[in-house]
Amino acid sequence: MNFDLGPYGMYIWPSYAISAAGLIGITLWTVIGWYKAKAALAKLEQK
Amino acid sequence: MIWLFRYANPHNFMRLSNVLLPITAVATALCLGVGLYLGFTAPPDYQQGRTVLIMFIHVPAVTVAELAYGAIVVCSLLSIVWRHPLSDIAGRAAAPLGAMFTVLGMITGALWGRPMWGTFWAWDPRLTSFLLLLFLYIGYMALWNAIEDEVRAARAAAMLALVGAVNIPIIKFSVEWWSSLHQGESIVSGKLAPVFLAPLLIMMLGYALLFASLWMLRIRTVILERRARTLMQRSAA
Repeated sequence: MNFDLGPYGMYIWPSYAISAAGLIGITLWTVIGWYKAKAALAKLEQK
Repeated sequence: MIWLFRYANPHNFMRLSNVLLPITAVATALCLGVGLYLGFTAPPDYQQGRTVLIMFIHVPAVTVAELAYGAIVVCSLLSIVWRHPLSDIAGRAAAPLGAMFTVLGMITGALWGRPMWGTFWAWDPRLTSFLLLLFLYIGYMALWNAIEDEVRAARAAAMLALVGAVNIPIIKFSVEWWSSLHQGESIVSGKLAPVFLAPLLIMMLGYALLFASLWMLRIRTVILERRARTLMQRSAA
């Protein structure tokens, strides 16, 4: 794999970093939301 | 059409998605891993140099952003015409995901545009119509959150989504209809060299599978939230 991006690295690396942050962020938000909803429902069903 | 209605029952959807989710999640990881490997081993483009690497994350993001909006349009149609029980939930669940892919498409596009066009942004037909897509997502989510009665909220949001559907062909054909800074279509026309096409298609599949996985999980979450609300209302009554 070639990671030498030359002078364009200043545009390419931020693109990948922002994309990774966005995709990881939306994945975490979705997964956390799922576990929260599951826990809330379980709590209500116990009552 | 009948199969769609069978699996669109919330109970059946929960069972089906429980089986599908691990499969799509693993396939997502595989596609993104292979796509990134092939992308970073591809040679520099003869015109764009290494900036071609941005294509492997920009094109999948914008494609999924448009696909997600298309999914919302279909859900809105099902909601308005057939009053389908799961369609409102599915449309609502897709919106934040689609908005995120739109934002990523815009940011990566700007970072690709600066070295290629000399500017991060131009009021170009493609860029402007894509910005409008972001506003449509924001408007759709705002309507859902602004109206307390869920039935009315679903109806208003679905109407907005259907009206906004006209923007999808505008985004697609803007580079042909008007003079544009943005390059034209290069996948179907075969203008893209196979060494770039393979990682691009794999990354597009990876992004689409990621969207599908997250969408299923969001729908499951909204179904549970609705069940919880019903239980709360019952216990309050």
